[in-house]
Amino acid sequence: MDTTQRFVAKHVAALPKSGIRDFFAIVSQMRDAISLGIGEPDFVTPYGIREAAMQALEKGRTSYTDNRGLQALREGIARYVGANYGLEYSPDTEILATIGVSEALDATLRAVLNPGDKVLYHEPCYVSYAPSVILCHAQAIPVSTHASARFALSIEALRTAWQPGCKVLLINFPTNPTGGTASGEMLAKIAAFAHEKDLLVISDEIYSELTFEGTHTSIASLPGMKARTIFLHGFSKAFAMTGFRVGYACGPAPIMDAILKVHQYGIMCAPIVSQEAAIEALANGRDDMLRMREKYQERRDLIVRRFNELGLKCHLPRGAFYAFPDISSTGLDSMTFATRLLREQKVAMVPGTAFGPSGAGFCRASYSTSYGNIIKACDRIAHFLDTLHA
Amino acid sequence: MNAVLKLLLEGEPLDAKQLAQILAFPQAEVDAQLATLKASGIFLGWRAVLNPAYEEDRTVRALIEVKVRPEGGLGYDHIAGRISRFEQVETCYLLSGAFDLLVIVKDASLRKVASFVHERLAKLEGVQSTATCFMLRAYKEQGYVMENGSANLDKPIVSP
Repeated sequence: MDTTQRFVAKHVAALPKSGIRDFFAIVSQMRDAISLGIGEPDFVTPYGIREAAMQALEKGRTSYTDNRGLQALREGIARYVGANYGLEYSPDTEILATIGVSEALDATLRAVLNPGDKVLYHEPCYVSYAPSVILCHAQAIPVSTHASARFALSIEALRTAWQPGCKVLLINFPTNPTGGTASGEMLAKIAAFAHEKDLLVISDEIYSELTFEGTHTSIASLPGMKARTIFLHGFSKAFAMTGFRVGYACGPAPIMDAILKVHQYGIMCAPIVSQEAAIEALANGRDDMLRMREKYQERRDLIVRRFNELGLKCHLPRGAFYAFPDISSTGLDSMTFATRLLREQKVAMVPGTAFGPSGAGFCRASYSTSYGNIIKACDRIAHFLDTLHA
Repeated sequence: MNAVLKLLLEGEPLDAKQLAQILAFPQAEVDAQLATLKASGIFLGWRAVLNPAYEEDRTVRALIEVKVRPEGGLGYDHIAGRISRFEQVETCYLLSGAFDLLVIVKDASLRKVASFVHERLAKLEGVQSTATCFMLRAYKEQGYVMENGSANLDKPIVSP
């Protein structure tokens, strides 16, 4: 072993290696593969937003901003969150602009967790949730969800997973990688559970605009929940602004003050050019967002239908831009399926186990790509399945 | 809007088989709808879009502002229809404003375009005057912005 390893903190050294690191390494060597593996929009940021960023540079907007973010951005966020989620937050004390939801989540966890605290989170889930908790010297407690229930979070599973010391419940609807959403009834049960167990809820709602059936409801909008919820959101998915890295956290002022401390010492502020672009997205980006959402929904219908026709059972995801087909009928595990599909047919999908053990037997297929790519990829998957059955 | 037409207008090159897959129609249904759209003059056809800066394409394009005097009883449609029939004419619009018709002409050389204007266009009955603007450079062509290289070469093909 490299002797410099001794300098690495124990809790970081103990973090499990991502099971898909090797898979990503293979993929990166195969740039000619058709990718259904992209966790970001295939659309370029709408030009009006890019133009706003360029104008900010032309005006010499190159300084730090208030730690909380530009006042105009926080006011814009307050209006947007009020109009779309029915939530009222003060731009002065309850809203913080961050470097994407990733930083918002990290700062929130670091602000609220003591060593040994426990965080409930539902999986399969975004890859950083458990590591972010562990980096706070806290314990990540998974709550499994299952295809039979369309990967909905059940209150029974929550109760089973709960244990003394649980302080936080981390939820993400619509969910990466399953595309699952939460019904009002389910949210009400989760809220009641949070009250009963006195949990702080951290709600990552980054995909909320990409809800295709029904309307998205934030758990923070349920009676009594605003006082125990940190609402996380951003611009990456709905406005195709992943590279701008700008998100935000909203919550009760005393907790936001604590999050602000972590943010100001660690980050200082989100980049001013990205903040200016975000202001433009909130002011004039709605039509572009709706146009992209319509495309995702049409592509979703195509890819889910094709997977089911191919014998890969796939529930209809109600949100985000991921399908999560069941590949267990092939007799292969997720990693083997994804690796062989990539090597033999040059189609990249992400093994479900990348998102936690509950993803075993599934692969994530992003439909954030063209119709042509979806059709070609499905044709190759059909060929791959034929070779397996031969 | 017709679902087949909507997909065509989005611009992704899709054949009838692919359209059928996307729409969950039998391919025969897509073929029939395409035929109806063409027969009814709604869908006019496909054209490849060439970068006007392509060196092997030596053609010249001009925008011609045409003032016309509508002929008795026939109106603008008659003369615009006659102008539109020339092979050199790519596009012909009736506009509001200082002139009546905007005619976009493409031909093999500047001399040929000039010849078309003074030998054909200007001599048509009802044409009062023309003002010809030769296109020097294209910055955007039928929705395509002229840019060098792809913006997304560094984008990872898999991300969480």
